[in-house]
Amino acid sequence: MELCRGHLVFLWTLSTLSSFTHSMSQPINSFRLANGLLVIVEPMQDVQSAALTLLVPSGGVRDPQNKCGTAAILTEMFSRGAGGLSARELCAAMDNLGLQRGVHVGSAHINFTGATTADRLCDALPYIGHMVTQPHLAEEDFEPARDLVEQSLMSMEDEPRQRLGKMLREYSYAAPWGSAAEGELDHLENISIEDIRNHYAQNMAPDEAILGIAGNIDPGQIRDAVEAVFGSWKSCPSLEPERGRLPQSPFHIEHDSAQTHIGLAWDTIPYSHERYYEAWAAISLLSGGMSSRLFTEVREKRGLCYAISASLSTLRDEGRVFAYAGTTPERAQETLDVTVAEILRLHEGITDDELQRCKARAKSSLIMQQESTTSRASSLARDIYHLNRVVTLDEINARINALTTEQVREFAVEYTPKSMVLVTLGPQGLDPACVTSL
Amino acid sequence: MKFQQCTLSNGLTLIAETNPAVYSVAAGFFVRTGSRDETSEVSGVSHFLEHMAFKGDDKFSADDINRVFDEIGAKYNASTSEEVTMYYAAVLPEYLERALDLLSSLMQPSLRREDFDMEKNVILEEISMYEDQPSFTCYDHIMATHFAGHPLGQSILGSHASITALTADQMQAYHRSRYHTGNITLAIAGNCCFEDAVALAEKYCSRIPQGQPSRLLPPVEAQRNSRLIVRESSLQQHIMEMGIGPDSRDELRFAAELLSVVIGDDSGSRLFWELVDPGHAEAADLSYSEYDGAGSWMSYLSCSPEQVAENLERFHKVFADVNTNGITADELEQARNKVASRVVLRGERPMGRLSSLGGNWMYRQDYRSISDDLKSVRSVTLDEIRKVLDQYPLAMTTTVGVGPLAEL
Repeated sequence: MELCRGHLVFLWTLSTLSSFTHSMSQPINSFRLANGLLVIVEPMQDVQSAALTLLVPSGGVRDPQNKCGTAAILTEMFSRGAGGLSARELCAAMDNLGLQRGVHVGSAHINFTGATTADRLCDALPYIGHMVTQPHLAEEDFEPARDLVEQSLMSMEDEPRQRLGKMLREYSYAAPWGSAAEGELDHLENISIEDIRNHYAQNMAPDEAILGIAGNIDPGQIRDAVEAVFGSWKSCPSLEPERGRLPQSPFHIEHDSAQTHIGLAWDTIPYSHERYYEAWAAISLLSGGMSSRLFTEVREKRGLCYAISASLSTLRDEGRVFAYAGTTPERAQETLDVTVAEILRLHEGITDDELQRCKARAKSSLIMQQESTTSRASSLARDIYHLNRVVTLDEINARINALTTEQVREFAVEYTPKSMVLVTLGPQGLDPACVTSL
Repeated sequence: MKFQQCTLSNGLTLIAETNPAVYSVAAGFFVRTGSRDETSEVSGVSHFLEHMAFKGDDKFSADDINRVFDEIGAKYNASTSEEVTMYYAAVLPEYLERALDLLSSLMQPSLRREDFDMEKNVILEEISMYEDQPSFTCYDHIMATHFAGHPLGQSILGSHASITALTADQMQAYHRSRYHTGNITLAIAGNCCFEDAVALAEKYCSRIPQGQPSRLLPPVEAQRNSRLIVRESSLQQHIMEMGIGPDSRDELRFAAELLSVVIGDDSGSRLFWELVDPGHAEAADLSYSEYDGAGSWMSYLSCSPEQVAENLERFHKVFADVNTNGITADELEQARNKVASRVVLRGERPMGRLSSLGGNWMYRQDYRSISDDLKSVRSVTLDEIRKVLDQYPLAMTTTVGVGPLAEL
């Protein structure tokens, strides 16, 4: 066990600023199978591994009404036997190929990830293919999968910070985008194996699925392997759900925790917006490194908390900033007030040096991403989902270099929050005046 | 990849594994000090000191340190365990000098009183933050219970009381006694030239005083203890159990690692199939930890309170069966393949190599390349697994729970 000085909070957006291949940009290959599956392949020469990310648009937003958790239970079922293999056979085969893998449920997607040494990726692909295209979804596996989802939701209830994160999202995005993809405890009993099979049949289709692959691989070989594995996956078009309503904050949850956990959210632009890099820079100034404003003002100068952060969250057409601070109840009010004040004065006194630091951090993150096939694969897939194209290195580099303090200041002025979501969890509530008076 | 080492003129050891095929370089100071080296009066001082290192010295202010690390785009942090405090940064090769300049300043911080008083608040907040995480609370208590009376049982964070009472003078004294060249290793992994690294280390590390602090290594006596921390409003129950395993110099440690993968990896292990796959528990793991002169098995169960009794029975049944019958050749082969792949993937990035490089040196003054580790993993035999089980059976002696249950 090790304890760290600073929470390693990296804006997830950094990992989507992809394709940073210096000037030695390696060609990115893409092709679409007849059933609609879009495949993006980036060969990387200086690594030994290869990784993949498969995004299938079958996440929590497609859960039926009052059955929040359907996609989560389905996610638990993919590894429980697929194709001609039992759960144990499937597991042994993948372990023997050294395949590190995961299946995760998100709002938009169910996300399959895998990584192993590059020479074994083509051998591993069929097993992932089995799980995606031929899961058994057997009746006897349903209860155990539902039990696991239930237990992980109960654990989440016991972890104040996680519980707060879930609430903050719910109060920030209209349902179903704000709903918890992990499920709702009181919905689980409404869900049956039939719901799981229906969810699979209606949503687990290749039509809008995206497969990103990165590593020391031959694109031609990969293409053959992908076609062999996913070519017969049956197409089935589906529609994204309608937006519902948004609950109103401020909202406080009584909890006998040691700290008061504070969540704030406000509107910003999504990743697909042309001014995205300005938004990224603005949030970087606020919370990008240990010299950023929130860390300096709230933690270093006042010692109000250990964990404080703000980061961008994005859907395809909407974006939010999510901020978090955890502090003991007697200091919680001051923490809230100071944090909100810093957010509101973000546009004041932005210096060239401050922006320069953000640029330096971005540059090194992007270059280091080239050492990680896992983060490359996921960036390729996410770029396609949000932008319908992979952003090239030269473009990102150019856009980050071109940012001026004036642009970032203008963005910060224009997007100064006009209202904020405030969710708190702890022994007692806080005076929300600093937020409600906006 | 090429390994080189040298001793600087002040006695500091520099070890480096250079690799021109990567894009970054990671550097870290590994200090052989942690909570086990503290007295109870200064419980938590190693970790608090690690925070204070970032408050600057004569050359850099606290703001400078945070600012300059960000200016060079460093991924940097520090961590404290029971036995090692490490400070590291990963940067693009052209910034190695600036990174070493900053990192070396962390070894000789000013420890100013006003900074100390302010940072104390942050540490107290960190303690409260971990109190809100049941699995961490469980870890802290089982270490204290399993290693009761042994230095390894001392809390990394310390308590509200010990941190509140701690003075800047006590921290100064602790720092003076632990941060000597004989206790610190500078490790560098990634894209750099060894000769340059030596020159930079000479330039920036000369102020670290010479000396060879000692560490007590008393034997661990098996405890038979159990303890329950009751949290009535919690929905899940967390249970950890510990027993004695091979220490960090024991040749059986690779076999122990593979055994823990077969029995308690988070997927595809015996515990996984017995407890997690059927939905009885959210988590059911077994891990092996090596320490200086000690080693341990630790199991972790997270499930609903009603299922604890039968789940613990399942754990113990799995352990009893393995103790008697061992594991199969197929299981061993599957674990070898899993671990080998982890070694390769982790080793791909300079940061991954740095922790392995520094860790091996801290515990064994030994360099191990990725292929050395792969060879060791590949060569573990069923006989060695048997030997581990005979010498260190999966027999847990300490139990700690956090959650609604007041008794087991």
